Amino acid sequence: MIIKGRIIKAGNVEGEALVSMEPIAFFGGVDPETGKIIERNHPLEGEIISGKILVFPHGKGSTVGTYILYRMKKKGTAPKAIINEECEPIIAVGTIISDIPCIDKVDIKKIKSGDKIRIEGDTIYVNE
Amino acid sequence: MIITKEEEMMLNGERGEGVQKAMEIIVALGKIYGAKNLIKIESAHISGVSYKNLGDEGLEFLEEIANTGVKVSVKTTLNPAGIDLDFWETLGFKRDFAEKQIKIIKAYEKMGVKTTCTCTPYLTENKPKLGKHVAWGESSAIIYVNSVLGARTNRESGISALASAITGRTANYGLHLDENRLADYKINVKCEVKGISDFGALGYLIGKKIGNKIPYIIGVKSASLDELKALGAAMAASGAIGLFHIEGITPETNMKKMIKENAEEIEITSLKEAYETLNSDVKDIDLVSIGCPHTSINEITEIARLIRGRKIKTELWITTSRYLYNEAKKLGLIDVINEAGGKVIRDTCIIVAPIEDLGFKTLATNSGKMALLAPLHSKVKVRFGNLNQCIKAALEGEWIDN
Repeated sequence: MIIKGRIIKAGNVEGEALVSMEPIAFFGGVDPETGKIIERNHPLEGEIISGKILVFPHGKGSTVGTYILYRMKKKGTAPKAIINEECEPIIAVGTIISDIPCIDKVDIKKIKSGDKIRIEGDTIYVNE
Repeated sequence: MIITKEEEMMLNGERGEGVQKAMEIIVALGKIYGAKNLIKIESAHISGVSYKNLGDEGLEFLEEIANTGVKVSVKTTLNPAGIDLDFWETLGFKRDFAEKQIKIIKAYEKMGVKTTCTCTPYLTENKPKLGKHVAWGESSAIIYVNSVLGARTNRESGISALASAITGRTANYGLHLDENRLADYKINVKCEVKGISDFGALGYLIGKKIGNKIPYIIGVKSASLDELKALGAAMAASGAIGLFHIEGITPETNMKKMIKENAEEIEITSLKEAYETLNSDVKDIDLVSIGCPHTSINEITEIARLIRGRKIKTELWITTSRYLYNEAKKLGLIDVINEAGGKVIRDTCIIVAPIEDLGFKTLATNSGKMALLAPLHSKVKVRFGNLNQCIKAALEGEWIDN
């Protein structure tokens, strides 16, 4: 399957999808040291997002989340890329300052955790 | 979105790596908010300065971007830091915190930012004019600039304001556009509103009631600039409001109709609810704190008048900018306050300083914004009332109800 999106931060990468239908708060919701989702009762609670193509509707919570993404990139615990339904400033600015490819305007229901994803420009290849 | 040749060069990296990153941020925000183009800005004001909020991540980011050699391209001022940059040690701040805070300031300085750390740059060296476009962070300054000065800014974050400062651009959306500056609600004030704390209480109630919308206030007949500063600060803290209008008082209301046809009307008949919510029941006061937002010369003058020749029993912190401190010093006001036992502190404020490290448990203030935020950010219990009550608490060591 091929999905077209809108580039927020350009970059070409390949990896495995980890999908959340709930928004993610990087500040307080993710442990930057381990890359683990720590928000109580979040559908991905306990999952490691490091090295994954992280798929979720949009960010939420404090704008400090921007710096958490940056910290994760420096620590090597960041996701490989981010795919959003509607990107908002916390994630957009975070991916730009951290050089993490990011695409939005994507119907994320079409992607399942474990799918093999390849991102080239504004195009997402799913299990292709 | 259409961008100019010069903007395209910035985006392609032809103006250096730092400018490229900054332009990527501006363009991404433009896409997200549906901007048709970018616009030039006259000035920027950067929030996100205290180490308490930025942490090691923010410090690392700022040092890295400063080390690319990038400079701001418009007049850019800085929000309060977590310490008084000269007197942090005598005030009891920890060395580790101070050292990291000073590194943050140095990184901004390296980029050409004016490091007068204040939330009221419009009282010092950065005062935008009616109708001009700027990119400002700091909710209380944003709302003042939009409402009282009639200049135009969206509610920028620290990083987006820095990106605008570097590129000299912001995306053209939101409050930069005429059609988005019209009020959604008519707020009919039917009670007396007098003094800094009353205006803070009114702002708190409006923010609570209308969230991130724009109010058009009627029924307030007069207001000083200090009262408007307190009103906006509280409104932007309890809601996420970036602009208010007061009929006959704020400049845009004298130019054209600034309210939507279908605006809903809300009546405010009493400020009691605000005073009740923002007050705790503590009696003993450790710290009386005036200056959220940072005090003006008029406010410092009034405090000096109230405590001249007397001795206070609590700590009294008056927070202001370095710029106005120097002015107050020349007028002899700092000496009057010091002789009574009070301190005038620069560069910082109670909200962004790590005051929980200094052992303060209770605080009295005339600021609606501080009364709302201090318990959340610094775990202190608060008394909220007018300036006379706060000074009385400083002189008596305890809160006395009117």
